[in-house]
Amino acid sequence: MTAAIFDTTPADAGERPWRLALRRLARRRVALVGLAVVVFFIAVALAAPLLAPYDPLATDWRLVRKPPSAMHLFGTDDLGRDVLARVIWGARASLMAGLVSVSIALAVAVPLGLVSGYLGGVVDGLVMRIVDAMLAIPFLILAIALAAFLGPSLINAMIAIGVVQTPIFTRLTRGQALAVTHEDYIEAARAVGNPHHRIMMRHILPNVLAPILVQTTLAVAAAILAEAALSFLGLGQQPPAPSWGSMLNIASHFLSQAPWMAVWPGLAIFSLVLSFNLLGDGLRDALDPRRN
Amino acid sequence: MIHGRALIATCLLGFSLSVGQAAAQTLRIGLAEDPDTLDPTLSRSFVSGVVRTALCDKLFDIGLELEIVPQLATAWEWTDDQKGLVIKLRSGVKFHDGEPFDAAAVKYNIDRHLTMPGSTRRNDIKGITGVEVIDDHTAKLVLSSPLSPLLALLASPAGTMVSPKAAQAAGENFGSRPICAGPFKFVERVAQDRIVVERFAEYWDRDKIGLDRIIYLPIPDNTVRLANLQSGGLDMIQQVAPTDLDNVRKDRRLQIAAINGIGYSGITINVGNGEHSKSPLGRDARVRQALELSIDREALNQVVFNGEYQPGNQWVSPGNPYYAKELPIPARDIGRAKALLAAAGATNPVVSLMATNNPVVLQTAQVIQAMAKDAGFDIRIQAAEFASALQLASKGDFEAFLLGWTGRVDPDGNIYNLVTCNSPFNAGHYCNPEVDRELDAAREVEPRADRLAHYRVVAQHILRDLPIIYLYHAKWLYAYTARLSGFIPYPDGLIRPQGLRLE
Amino acid sequence: MTTFLLRRLALVVPTLFFVSVLVFGLQQLLPGDAAVALAGEERDPAVIAFLRQKYHLEEPLPVRYLLWAKGVLSGDLGESIRIKRSVRDLVLEKLPVTAELAALAIVIALSIGLPMGILAAVKNNTTVDYAATMSALWGRSIPNFWLGIILILLFSVQWRLLPASGFVSPAESLPRNLATLIMPAFVLGNGIAAVLMRHSRSAMLEVLSADYVRTARAKGLSETRVVLHHALRNALLPVITLGALEFGELLSGAVVTEQVFTIPGFGKLIVDAVFNRDYAVVQGVVLCTALAFILLNLLADLAYALVNPRLRR
Repeated sequence: MTAAIFDTTPADAGERPWRLALRRLARRRVALVGLAVVVFFIAVALAAPLLAPYDPLATDWRLVRKPPSAMHLFGTDDLGRDVLARVIWGARASLMAGLVSVSIALAVAVPLGLVSGYLGGVVDGLVMRIVDAMLAIPFLILAIALAAFLGPSLINAMIAIGVVQTPIFTRLTRGQALAVTHEDYIEAARAVGNPHHRIMMRHILPNVLAPILVQTTLAVAAAILAEAALSFLGLGQQPPAPSWGSMLNIASHFLSQAPWMAVWPGLAIFSLVLSFNLLGDGLRDALDPRRN
Repeated sequence: MIHGRALIATCLLGFSLSVGQAAAQTLRIGLAEDPDTLDPTLSRSFVSGVVRTALCDKLFDIGLELEIVPQLATAWEWTDDQKGLVIKLRSGVKFHDGEPFDAAAVKYNIDRHLTMPGSTRRNDIKGITGVEVIDDHTAKLVLSSPLSPLLALLASPAGTMVSPKAAQAAGENFGSRPICAGPFKFVERVAQDRIVVERFAEYWDRDKIGLDRIIYLPIPDNTVRLANLQSGGLDMIQQVAPTDLDNVRKDRRLQIAAINGIGYSGITINVGNGEHSKSPLGRDARVRQALELSIDREALNQVVFNGEYQPGNQWVSPGNPYYAKELPIPARDIGRAKALLAAAGATNPVVSLMATNNPVVLQTAQVIQAMAKDAGFDIRIQAAEFASALQLASKGDFEAFLLGWTGRVDPDGNIYNLVTCNSPFNAGHYCNPEVDRELDAAREVEPRADRLAHYRVVAQHILRDLPIIYLYHAKWLYAYTARLSGFIPYPDGLIRPQGLRLE
Repeated sequence: MTTFLLRRLALVVPTLFFVSVLVFGLQQLLPGDAAVALAGEERDPAVIAFLRQKYHLEEPLPVRYLLWAKGVLSGDLGESIRIKRSVRDLVLEKLPVTAELAALAIVIALSIGLPMGILAAVKNNTTVDYAATMSALWGRSIPNFWLGIILILLFSVQWRLLPASGFVSPAESLPRNLATLIMPAFVLGNGIAAVLMRHSRSAMLEVLSADYVRTARAKGLSETRVVLHHALRNALLPVITLGALEFGELLSGAVVTEQVFTIPGFGKLIVDAVFNRDYAVVQGVVLCTALAFILLNLLADLAYALVNPRLRR
């Protein structure tokens, strides 16, 4: 399926395809907006200690659920904490939920997929059966079971989401590796006597990177939403530490009394996830040579 | 001619009115959870009891002051040695399948509660050694020793009477189609969707029943359940979030009913269950007292429950006749808390507070965390999913556990199995032989003053040793359409259909 | 062709085996068992012991797996410990509900994704393209439960147009059935509309630059005619097969959506079962969804293989 959409250009042909891709990406304006927003949120997350006006954990019983004011620009939540501070610090949790879980998935899936696609045969058959089995179980069910097993916490949610995303990346990597493995230049490299791992790293991996990069941005978006879904079920970031997903979850019970509790984390999740999606879309367009 | 047409018109009008009336007499109640089995012997959830109230009558019922009133039994008398209870049964009562209710049925039911494998009622009434059928309408319960909570137990699920014939035929599948003697009979159940019951025409108290059908719909999310009520999809909801009450008060189409509940919520502390009891909190009562003194129960109630619940410091609420008035709720005292911690040699104790991952419970935990910080406590909240938390608790894998108890009619039910040595529900393994003696004694005397004397002694021990720090008592909060009349909330939280009418 | 089909069918069994082992193993790792979870407040040790013995909860893992597998092969999927009904009955009762929800969701997704994709392809790289992309993507950028609650507050509480939650079976009343499902189906369908839009856009772009379309244009046919009659028909197949592949994602989304809207379907059944350690229910439901997913994948691959002989490896 993916082979039909993505062309496989040998990396040895030079750097030109990448520069061409970057130029095409630059031309697609929505993708650039997405990139800008992502960078913005990463900056916010990194600068949280400097940016946040209050301690995100500081409670104040007299200021429970107060609307936005000069003192608290985004209002206060159900325990009197400053919503703006919590949204800023929550960026860390949500970004980590996205980036760390996908990194876990990549760390396992890319080597596995490369080996499976390159070696073929029984190894490939076994890996693909397990991958198929994992894909056949609804993503969130697996995540719930894992998170419940590991215990409710942000770290465990990240591990759970990472594990659940591994089969998708494995299948993707393996498919690409499979398509490339039978090309002439790989045969040539093998005939010359190159060891397997060098062939995989030097020749196959670069050709696999493009679709993986696209899938990564989309997977980060999905992971951030998955953390929100797990928070809804009580399995994500646990209080008092903030994450946009858990903030939204609690805010959903106070929508009529304190809508500001929900508006800001909701907007934050929306813009971040949309940006990753736009970026992924842009990358997909830019890296597909048939788009004109 | 005119007479004829007028007659037809009147008949049609009357018919349509009555049809309209009949159609309108279906009450849709939103529950906070999906009930498990409806079999009174095997059921483990509170909401099952709510549904069963319409289906099944019990030997006794309770009044608004928790007094015992007759239901299927009309009178009772203790034997001279207090080891027997003679019950007089109501005559003319039929089960939904037409079978008569008599003393043999009482015997069958008590035996069923005591002997059926998996029975969740056995522990409550294991003091009953047998039932004697004296005549068709008189039964005698024989006890191993005097048991004053017995009547209250017979006004609880353990006193539910089911049709012996139907129970025998269905065996352990009885719960999917319960046949009892209550005002409504079972129609259908779609798991996780609805339970439908309809009026039993031969109910002994049928004049009080104004509804034709009741449909129970489990909707776990508080906001969605209320939304259903506000949009007209439900007529009544059981359990309104206290923070939603103001919203409901503003809506003129809705009414609220509230009553103090009989349960409690508190922090259960591991004082003797395994390795984790060796923490400063578990070892030294002064540390526990310091923790209690750092909590402002009024503020907790205000912040988490909008002031709607009732703060408390004992296993019964301050308004309960068995509350020890000489031991009132202590005010927050950070100075004394710090002094106690210093005396105990633990100035900055780290405490792991286990809480189920439910938004309200977690909110309460966070408030406690913030309050206790002022006295020097470093509370780490350990969120656990419900089943895991229970497992951890039974294994002793906790230091403190934020836990509630739904409550029993008799105060004995709120304390005996929670603090006596070797009791299974005593997760913290608190063991004080004098407390055990007093609680056993309180079970064997009947007059309230005598029992209260024993409970006073127990309270002194418990409030000093603090195996459980009681925090508050939830209220039963109901919201319902203004078209519903006759609803009276009861302290046990059950929705009684008697007297309800819909316009 | 038949060898391809047979080879793929032969792989169904080992995959299902892996699925069942995976889910079984995962569940057993969860702390606490059904006996503890369902023992209620009382936690009477006699009740817990009885439950453990009745449902073989203390037997070693391989024994329990074999007991379960033996039951499955003879058609007995076990029993729900919580509500004491056979898993088979529960599955037969809940499957049509989620199936209907999923079907409606796909219809909604197609009706958003397909036109947006065609529009974006035809007006490639213009503002219309960007607008169409955004309008399809927003559904994929909002947490499901969040969108659900907003919709409930708007359409049920504020405007009283739709029921807030619950389910009415189509047999009982089709209009009310659709009324209960339209909001959850929208929440679900919105999420995959973006994927469908993306793929229909790619497929249309590919087709629009193909020879036979250029011929049609050269022949002087109107642009609309070209798009609708020639391009669309060929672009439809890959899009629809991808719709089938999105089924897995639909089921994931259904889990949260069914919780919010209290739809008594598979999703709600399985979430509650995981939290209550109702092992047999989880096993049974996952087995069914896995089977459906694998078969749908097979159909999709079949459709692809028919279209593109090169992929029949």
